[in-house]
Amino acid sequence: MIRFLLKGLLRDKRRSLMPILIVAVGVSLSVFLHAYITGLMNDSIEMNAKLSFGHVKVVTKSFAENISQMPTDLALLETGALKEKLSQEFPDITWVERIQFGGLIDAPDENGETKSQGPALGIGVDLLSAPTGRGGEAERMGMAKSLVRGRLPEMKGEIVLSELFSQKLGVNPGDKITLIGSTMNGAMSYYNFILAGTLSFGVQVMDKGTIIADIEDVRLALDMEDAATEITGFFGSGYFSADLAADVKEKFLSNFPNPENDEYAPVMLSLKDQGSMGQFVDLSNTMGAIITFVFMLAMSLVLWNAGLLGGIRRYGEFGIRLAMGEEKNHVYRTLVYESVMIGIAGSVVGTTIGLFFAWLMQTYGLDLGDSMKGSSMMMPTIIRARITPVDFYIGFLPGIISTVIGAMLAGVGIYKRKTSQLFKELEA
Amino acid sequence: MENSAIIQINQLIKRFPMGKGEFTALKGINLNFGTGEFAGLIGPSGSGKTTLLNIIGSLDTPTKGEAVVLGKSISKLSAKESAKLRKESLGFIFQSYNLLQVHTVFENVEFPLLLLDYTTLERKKMVMDALEWVGLTDKVKSKPPQLSGGECQRVAIARAMVKKPSLVLADEPTANLDAANSHNILQTMLNLNRELKTTFIFATHDEKVIGYLKRKIFLKDGLVDQEEWMNQ
Repeated sequence: MIRFLLKGLLRDKRRSLMPILIVAVGVSLSVFLHAYITGLMNDSIEMNAKLSFGHVKVVTKSFAENISQMPTDLALLETGALKEKLSQEFPDITWVERIQFGGLIDAPDENGETKSQGPALGIGVDLLSAPTGRGGEAERMGMAKSLVRGRLPEMKGEIVLSELFSQKLGVNPGDKITLIGSTMNGAMSYYNFILAGTLSFGVQVMDKGTIIADIEDVRLALDMEDAATEITGFFGSGYFSADLAADVKEKFLSNFPNPENDEYAPVMLSLKDQGSMGQFVDLSNTMGAIITFVFMLAMSLVLWNAGLLGGIRRYGEFGIRLAMGEEKNHVYRTLVYESVMIGIAGSVVGTTIGLFFAWLMQTYGLDLGDSMKGSSMMMPTIIRARITPVDFYIGFLPGIISTVIGAMLAGVGIYKRKTSQLFKELEA
Repeated sequence: MENSAIIQINQLIKRFPMGKGEFTALKGINLNFGTGEFAGLIGPSGSGKTTLLNIIGSLDTPTKGEAVVLGKSISKLSAKESAKLRKESLGFIFQSYNLLQVHTVFENVEFPLLLLDYTTLERKKMVMDALEWVGLTDKVKSKPPQLSGGECQRVAIARAMVKKPSLVLADEPTANLDAANSHNILQTMLNLNRELKTTFIFATHDEKVIGYLKRKIFLKDGLVDQEEWMNQ
């Protein structure tokens, strides 16, 4: 009987081709959109991770409690040894020291008097030491791609500013600027930098007042020898994984006891623990389910109608099969079997097409730089899809379930008809 | 009657809802059919012949009265039992052939056997035998759109006969055929009736068919108006 049904499906193009096309279109859209959303969300997550949050980070307990204020006086000490220990405990994670700080940038005129001043959000990262320098933090933060004027720091005492901030201050590459801040001991500090270049990240939050300098310069400026506000970790896969982060946190907790009365004890934060990234990561995970559900619903409705039309066209066949002695529920079941075959075929075709377009989007991306100017979110300007193992099977859910639901709903109409009525329609 | 009764119809009434009222298609039919009969229900449109044929074929149920087919009371059969009766013991031939258009002649004839427990080899032999009865062994791989009307009806006869049913019900089987094809088809059915002792009941008003019938039952307004037995 299965062979009989299969032959009917293969030969009757109106019975198979159209539903397969509908399923294939829906499935390919589901797969592509899932990969697209995954890529978009992950790129945003990764951008936030690379520029600020890391996949995991180690800070002092007190710093974690006051993280929005970036208090350098609550920074980690002896970070060289701590980083070494972390690298041994978690060799698959790249650990980097960073200092996040606040301060005032003063731009002097030709007489050395203040020309302009502005509040700055500073990041001290390793820009100069080999081999982690250019190949490490600068590349991770996409600094070369974001360069607008000048160059990246190549020697001690050089700094880069966001392009908007430099315009506001009226400074150009080669100019001298002064960082006015406070040391980690609470004393006032002044440190002169040469502006090496300007950057534009394409996001307002970064372009407003960001300054980036080599961590050793920042240590000198803020009197933070062998100290850092955080040791940031990046997973070897290059992508954030909430499960891996949880495992790492658990292992960290067992290796680095956290006494309640030690406010400088190191604690680990995952990306999900910081800002609103937890919601963002959860949203990214539920997006796949939402897409699948929406497509399943829409395709079920379309396939229900297609099934009804197909069923009406096949009344003659159903009538004759009933006359031959086939039971109604058997006819109904064969409709469902057929829909499973159509669902599988459509899902295979749709998944292939969807993955192909997702691959194109993953490889070449879509540059939305112009339309994202002024955005307050840290979003990448080039949108790329990301193909994950889920994409290879996620299309089968809406593909098969919606086809079966469509066939079942359409079949109910046939099932409820009296045999003699179907028989009359067969003769009509 | 040629042999023991395989169909007994007593005071059969069938009403259909029509608008706010009812239409009575059969008004109290009493008939018996025996094994090996070649009989016809004859009458104009609306006389009730197709309704009676549908009830005998367990495609419909009586409103009142009783129709016992092959020992089974139609009104007491469940849907599953009706299907079983049709599957095992009844064959149908229709005016418009009703062949499955995308399937070959072989597959169309084979279909009723797929519902029964036959092996592939058994099915193949039975299909080829049935196609030999109707002279279509050279059209095994053809599909209905490639056949003439007469050939299509012969495929339908082979399909109805392949499982060697006790009873074949034919509703206007020659209505779409020319005279030559009609005679050919009727002769084929008559031969099968003689050889296999299968009972044939026709619903018709076609003179060509009436000429072949051994028993003619004239229906008028849902009642048996007249009956004729022919000696052939």
